[in-house]
Amino acid sequence: MTSSILTPARARRRRIGAQWRAPLGIVGAVVALAWILVACTAPLWVPYDPVAQGLPRLQPPGPEAILGTDSVGRDVFSRLMAGAGVTIPLALLLVGCSVVLGTLVGAIAGYAGRWVDETLMRITDLVMAFPTVILAMVIAASLGPSLFNAVIAAIVVSWPQYARVSRSIVLSLRGQNYVIASRLLGYSPARSLWTDILPNVAGPILVLASLDIGTAILLLSGLSFLGLGAQPPTAEWGSMISGAMENFDAWWIGVFPGLAILTVVMAFNFIGDTLRDAFDPLARAQSIAANTGETA
Amino acid sequence: MSESPVLESRDVTVSYGGRRPVHAVRGVSIRVERGETVALVGESGCGKSSLARAVVGMERIGSGTVLFDGEPVPPLGLRTRKNTGIQMVFQDPNTSLNPRRRVGDQIEDGIAAATARGLAGSSAGDWLERVGLPAASVSRYPHEFSGGQKQRIAIARAIAARPRLLVADEPISALDASTQSSVAALMKDLTRELGAGMLFISHDLAVVRRFADRTLVMLAGEIVESGETARLWAEPQHPYTRALLAAIPEPDGSGRIPASPSAEERRSWL
Amino acid sequence: MSRDAVLSISELHISIGRPLVTGISLDLYPGRVTGLAGESGSGKTLTSMAVLGLLPRGARVTGSIRCGDTELVGADRRTLSAVRGRRVAMVFQDPSASLHPQLSVGVQLTDHVRRHLGLSRRAARQRAVELLERVQVPEPEAALARYPHQFSGGQRQRIAIAIALACDPEVLLADEPTTALDVTVQAGILQLLHQLAEERQLAVLLVTHDLGVMSAIADEVAVMRAGVIVERAPRAALFSAPQHPYTRQLLAALPGSRLEEEPDV
Repeated sequence: MTSSILTPARARRRRIGAQWRAPLGIVGAVVALAWILVACTAPLWVPYDPVAQGLPRLQPPGPEAILGTDSVGRDVFSRLMAGAGVTIPLALLLVGCSVVLGTLVGAIAGYAGRWVDETLMRITDLVMAFPTVILAMVIAASLGPSLFNAVIAAIVVSWPQYARVSRSIVLSLRGQNYVIASRLLGYSPARSLWTDILPNVAGPILVLASLDIGTAILLLSGLSFLGLGAQPPTAEWGSMISGAMENFDAWWIGVFPGLAILTVVMAFNFIGDTLRDAFDPLARAQSIAANTGETA
Repeated sequence: MSESPVLESRDVTVSYGGRRPVHAVRGVSIRVERGETVALVGESGCGKSSLARAVVGMERIGSGTVLFDGEPVPPLGLRTRKNTGIQMVFQDPNTSLNPRRRVGDQIEDGIAAATARGLAGSSAGDWLERVGLPAASVSRYPHEFSGGQKQRIAIARAIAARPRLLVADEPISALDASTQSSVAALMKDLTRELGAGMLFISHDLAVVRRFADRTLVMLAGEIVESGETARLWAEPQHPYTRALLAAIPEPDGSGRIPASPSAEERRSWL
Repeated sequence: MSRDAVLSISELHISIGRPLVTGISLDLYPGRVTGLAGESGSGKTLTSMAVLGLLPRGARVTGSIRCGDTELVGADRRTLSAVRGRRVAMVFQDPSASLHPQLSVGVQLTDHVRRHLGLSRRAARQRAVELLERVQVPEPEAALARYPHQFSGGQRQRIAIAIALACDPEVLLADEPTTALDVTVQAGILQLLHQLAEERQLAVLLVTHDLGVMSAIADEVAVMRAGVIVERAPRAALFSAPQHPYTRQLLAALPGSRLEEEPDV
């Protein structure tokens, strides 16, 4: 009963934050959806071919090119819109691959235990021991600069966090009575992992993934900025900013892709925050129920 | 039929920890016959749950053997259990059922285990009715039930597998006093109907007195006394058994506070 | 009763969404243990929580709970916290829930004493040792430096009782204080509660579903069902001649109960 006594105050404190978080989540969802729509349809309606160099060079925003042109005469607006179709799907793909890989590794490690766990988790530690961006750079550089290799490099550095989370959840559930019960009823380890354990892993992993999409976009753009990802003339936000370095006076070349990255990253973070809040009270309610339940 | 007991343990030990191991079970030998309810009683920390877990293969045995129908019980490791003749009911009904699956589906798992061993099938609804819940509950989720009801569902699932041995680890201690007796009675009836043996672990001596055919008293990892329940209750031999029985407050309105054993007495038992 | 009640509950109604306690009256007298029996969900725990103003938000409480001259129903925070711990203390089923896991026993005991009684550090420590001695925690001096997890369940419950007694309360609410314990340990705690009630003239409200426990130490027993007290009688009378059918049913449901074995008693 003691824990339920504490809840009103705790709930009140959280509610203040939550008031703002839900609308932010909606804003995030709207912005993210808008960008995804742009990503899907941009080639159909952008005013210019994003890689064509037909316009006057270094033109400031104006009626002909609303966001100006870059140093080789390409329309910044068209490139920006087409860039969404490069960065966002790749970021989603990269997060998806990391989630699947990491969750599986963590689940297998947590369920099997013993040397399997030791081996897999030492590999995870090894990856996590390096600074993410530096490791991604090294891998991308050694694979050779291309957008595909940048994605591979980003997957290599980002799966371990999912492995950690899924392992810890699996570990905490592995000894649960209902898992033991289904094993005694003849479930194979794989089946018990699939039906009894993984459904509980999905929530926290989803939250983590939604927060990670922003990071993935930054990482991909960062690698492209460094010349390790998208290669010219591909319209990609990171490489567009990189191109802006040559002409600091032409602010529009770099600022708009920068703003694009900012809005997408923030949108996904808002979504992630809201999801985390949505899952958190559930977990809290469950723990309260467990404490106040009729346990001897 | 002079057949082997459904469960037999010989000199079983269970230890935890590495450098300074804790010996939870120290050389315990027990037998459970078909159709018999054997109670294992003792205070918390005496090793009774460790023994229960060792019997079903959840706990690695340090030495000794556990035989189920004359065959060693394999550890519940990464190999799939083929012989589903041992089932278990746990203490905490809130963690005994998968919260994300309908109770009917979970009972179906029990039925599937029985049919996989070539035994007759049955329906989840029938089993729910058998444990006193409406058959229509099959499509509901565990959180829609009270603790006592969840425990009944867990029992239905275990019994649906038509086990030859049911191991129950404090199955009623988390339940309301008013439902404890009925759940214990239900377990006894169902196992007897199946001709299965039951190992019933409990610290509640009053319930044990009522339902167990035989009682084993465990202290500090060893069985200190065993015998027919009625006999054990009437003429306890070991001082620990006597102290345990004497400590139960009788609901007789006498205002007598039961004796609590002193530290010296505790030492003398070991 | 010739003496005045230290705590008197009258016509208490509690509803959280729906009515859960409907019109309960109960008096607690110094030096006496009053039992409140019933199944979980009968409202017995809610009643004890209401005394301390610990009901969840959204609970509607009407009626009266008087501790001496202080009305507790609808009292403000300050009044309640002056009463809580100081005049009315509580012991729960799970001692771990009432002890802070990361503070030593000494800190938890002395903090309480110093805050409520304004004792000096040394005097508070002295009092803490005395309290632990009284509840029979072995080596009280050494125990002060230890943490809750270093004690057994029974010892933890003794420590929780020591903390409850720290400010010499007049009323002790004990909600299933022995339910989580082994029988031999339970016997010791029951003895302790019985002695404390007598020597400190403490009014104890013992909330439990265990009629054996009731029979051991309660002077008077109230049986509660679905939010109302169905029967209230001195211990001996209640157990030997239960009046209400529900009480009879409860007694009959006891494993190994006399009523069941010898139905004609």
